[in-house]
Amino acid sequence: MKARFLVPLGVFAAMVALLGVGLTMNPREVPSPLVGKPMPAFDLALLNDPEARLTDRHLRGRVSVLNVWGTWCVGCREEHDVLLRLASAGVAPIYGLNWKDDRVLALRWLSELGDPYVATGFDHDGKAAIDWGVYGAPETFVLDARGTVRYKHIGVLTDALVERELLPLLRALKAESS
Amino acid sequence: MIPELGHFALILALCMAVVQGTLPLAGTFIGNANWVAMGRAAARGQFAFIAISFVALTQSFLADDFSVLYVVNNSNTLLPVMYKVSAVWSAHEGSLLLWVLMMGGWGFAVATLSRNLPDVLLARVLSVMGLVGVGFLLFILLTSNPFERLTFAAVEGRDLNPLLQDPGLAIHPPLLYMGYVGLSVAFSFAIAALIGGRLDSTWARWSRPWTTVAWVFLTLGIMLGSWWAYNELGWGGWWFWDPVENASFMPWLVATALMHSLATTEKRGAFKSWTVLLAILGFSLSLLGTFLVRSGVLTSVHAFASDPERGLFILMFLVVVIGGSLGLYAWRGPGVSRGGQFNWVSRETMLLGNNVLLVLVCALILIGTLAPIVYQAAGLKISVGFPYFNTMFIGFMPLLLVLMGIGPVTRWKDDSPREVLARVRWAAAASLLLAVAAWVPWHPAASWEVALGVGLAGWIVLATLAALWRRLRGPRPFLAMLRAQSRSYYGMVVAHLGVAVCLVGITFVSLFGLEKDVALARGEALELGGYEFTFQGVQQVPGPNYRAERGHVLVTRDGATVADLWPEKRQYFARGEPMTEAAIDVGLTRDLYVSLGEALGEGAWSLRVYVKPFVRWIWLGGLLMGLGGLLAATDKRYRLRLKQKLRIGAGAEASA
Amino acid sequence: MSARWLLLVLALLLPGAWANLAGYDFTDAAEERRFKALIAELRCLVCQNQSLGDSDAGLAEDLRREVFDLMREGRDDREVIDYLVARYGDFVLYRPPLKPATYLLWFGPIALFALAVWFAVRTVRNQRASAARAPLSEAEQQRIARLLSEESPPPGGPASGEAPR
Repeated sequence: MKARFLVPLGVFAAMVALLGVGLTMNPREVPSPLVGKPMPAFDLALLNDPEARLTDRHLRGRVSVLNVWGTWCVGCREEHDVLLRLASAGVAPIYGLNWKDDRVLALRWLSELGDPYVATGFDHDGKAAIDWGVYGAPETFVLDARGTVRYKHIGVLTDALVERELLPLLRALKAESS
Repeated sequence: MIPELGHFALILALCMAVVQGTLPLAGTFIGNANWVAMGRAAARGQFAFIAISFVALTQSFLADDFSVLYVVNNSNTLLPVMYKVSAVWSAHEGSLLLWVLMMGGWGFAVATLSRNLPDVLLARVLSVMGLVGVGFLLFILLTSNPFERLTFAAVEGRDLNPLLQDPGLAIHPPLLYMGYVGLSVAFSFAIAALIGGRLDSTWARWSRPWTTVAWVFLTLGIMLGSWWAYNELGWGGWWFWDPVENASFMPWLVATALMHSLATTEKRGAFKSWTVLLAILGFSLSLLGTFLVRSGVLTSVHAFASDPERGLFILMFLVVVIGGSLGLYAWRGPGVSRGGQFNWVSRETMLLGNNVLLVLVCALILIGTLAPIVYQAAGLKISVGFPYFNTMFIGFMPLLLVLMGIGPVTRWKDDSPREVLARVRWAAAASLLLAVAAWVPWHPAASWEVALGVGLAGWIVLATLAALWRRLRGPRPFLAMLRAQSRSYYGMVVAHLGVAVCLVGITFVSLFGLEKDVALARGEALELGGYEFTFQGVQQVPGPNYRAERGHVLVTRDGATVADLWPEKRQYFARGEPMTEAAIDVGLTRDLYVSLGEALGEGAWSLRVYVKPFVRWIWLGGLLMGLGGLLAATDKRYRLRLKQKLRIGAGAEASA
Repeated sequence: MSARWLLLVLALLLPGAWANLAGYDFTDAAEERRFKALIAELRCLVCQNQSLGDSDAGLAEDLRREVFDLMREGRDDREVIDYLVARYGDFVLYRPPLKPATYLLWFGPIALFALAVWFAVRTVRNQRASAARAPLSEAEQQRIARLLSEESPPPGGPASGEAPR
């Protein structure tokens, strides 16, 4: 008889624990279902050469990074220097996916600020980005040598993050494939 | 100067709240009559200081004091005066100030209007309210100070969010907060009763009017929010099961259950500990709502700037208040004596069914709202949206609506099933016929949903009116019988009819609403729902703090002009974001709704046109519910005549 | 075009405008209805809780186009949904998918309802049982007799409680 009076308190305690956990999480972050799966196929014109193509085949065969960006994206401007440093580290090639942008503006951006990308695909209508499950730039993917998506970071890259997570992962993947 | 005054007043209010929260309560235990009597003065003092603070913030807005950060973030020199005032509660810090203003107000009301309450009970009630106030005032002063200054005053403010520049902002939050905070009164009564160990029908009678008035405010506040969303958001929706909407609906469901439970406790002494639990749950859900809106655990269009640190503070506050009260309930609840007995078929059972269903639906909404957090913690990211909530709501609410027709005609304590059925058989038959008629495919949209909605609404109306008719058929002449019924009874009738009206609106607008997106050149027309919408072009029109493109749409039916609609697309100077302002022709049986899309070149524009049948009934139903509640709360049982009150008051003070 | 995307990224996406479907060429009313039903249940991922049908965000427009193209390709509703879920996960669906992980969410309410009914039944049964179990004691019966024979009502104002209506 008396135990049932404790039920509301018990339920409340469980809810508080849940809300406490909730405070540590980000409700707007959408984890990618692509992690662990083969990368989506795509076929885009190059940003600097409309005649040439960048396809998923180019990203197979070695560990690589794909970065989604646009000149309209404030966060992309923030992480640009970090990308340049990552590119100069020479651990893995970085490919760019220019998302829903203006070709002229994008080329100017790269020439003024530096180009960390081995090649950049020009996704004007955003269809390739949808295949990659992109919902907000900047986004960065890590692919292994077999072309499987191994990691996705949503948001601005920082040197700390690159140091702590990206570089170790890239090195581990390279060791795995050799 | 004035912001500092406001800030200082808040600190003084906190001091008052501390006094109010501790001394009267302690006084009831150690028998210190002076401390016990201090509750009233402290409550009045707290309200006075908070009011000063609120006025100070309002004045800062009216004077365009851009040295105050909050004013900079939410105002602008070009903002119309009405919105400068509403902007006070448009964001996190100011809305909290509104909250504590309401708390102070309700405390003031309890202190002033409860002359005939035993001192000890009143002292405990005021103390509990004071303690809750302490929590909120601390939260404001420590984490969310609206009077924070900028080192260098800004030249201009960032303007109020254009979406909030609508009359709805002026009334929706104040009404809603009056409801949320009003539930703290029932909560305090419950805690005071648990502490004192005296839970009887008189306690229930004291609690009832306070609870009912809070419920009325909550009802009107929610209805207004829905109406505002419909007017302002441009997609013709009126309820989205957004987490913040749910956060307002859950306390409403529990408050409804509480009102009915209090009735049973007052009249029959039954359900005492259950009523106490509901009172605790009602306000707890209000507090939970505060947490959900301000902590950032859920994504919502309504959420204030999310801040996990503030969220932690509120969570700790919840642990203390809700955990403490539920702990008190676990301790003292078993000691509450049993009330009047009742049989299987009785009004008590009906009301038990009412309570159980309302709490069940509330629990389901809570589960749906919090489920994404649970799943995300477990590694699966999902959304729980309106399809889920609609299914659950439509799945279980009909049972409650059926009970609504049977309960009022069932006698207390013991009744015969056959007689109950006899009383409602005509209403049941008629509404069943109505449902069948609505199912027959006379209209492409005829379906079981229409049948259900129409049948249930008909059932509520017919059963309620039949019960009223039976009551009025007495020995005395009709008018005398009419006058003989209590206001509380009429309140119930009106409120229940309000539910039916609301249901009709929901059913018709959901199932028979028409919508079309179309590109029209000047002079071209669209036919929808029997109306013809002719686009007459767009003009540039200046506004106080925006520049607008105003379209003209002529609506005709069978050649006769029905309305001229002027939808706008506004560009606000300060924020630079475009905003659409829909044009609505309001009608009792339908709304005609037009929204401007984009310019397509050469004078052509894209438009969205809606025909919304009976949508006004949703809010009219809500108004009726509120009116019913008001009638019930002003029943003569709760109203001593003013002179009598003053006499008692003077007598009490003379003897103090 | 770019300035618009810039605005959309910088600003919190306000539901101050709505999804513009005027540019869509529906073959008939049924197709339009199907499309609207689909986009109403899909979430706009960059918005603060709006459906693809309500949002005017750039990504929402792209995803609406995608849904439309898929419909035109002849895919049924299930395939369209699977297509988006493969890219964005279950989060994009406002209707939680029915799978073992969500059985508790979808079927739990029925269990709760059963619990509620059990609770109500038990409450009524218990209080009837306790009424039967507690006849008045000798002392209580004498007290009742004494109270009933008293001439004047007991003293006290409103605070002592009147007979309820």
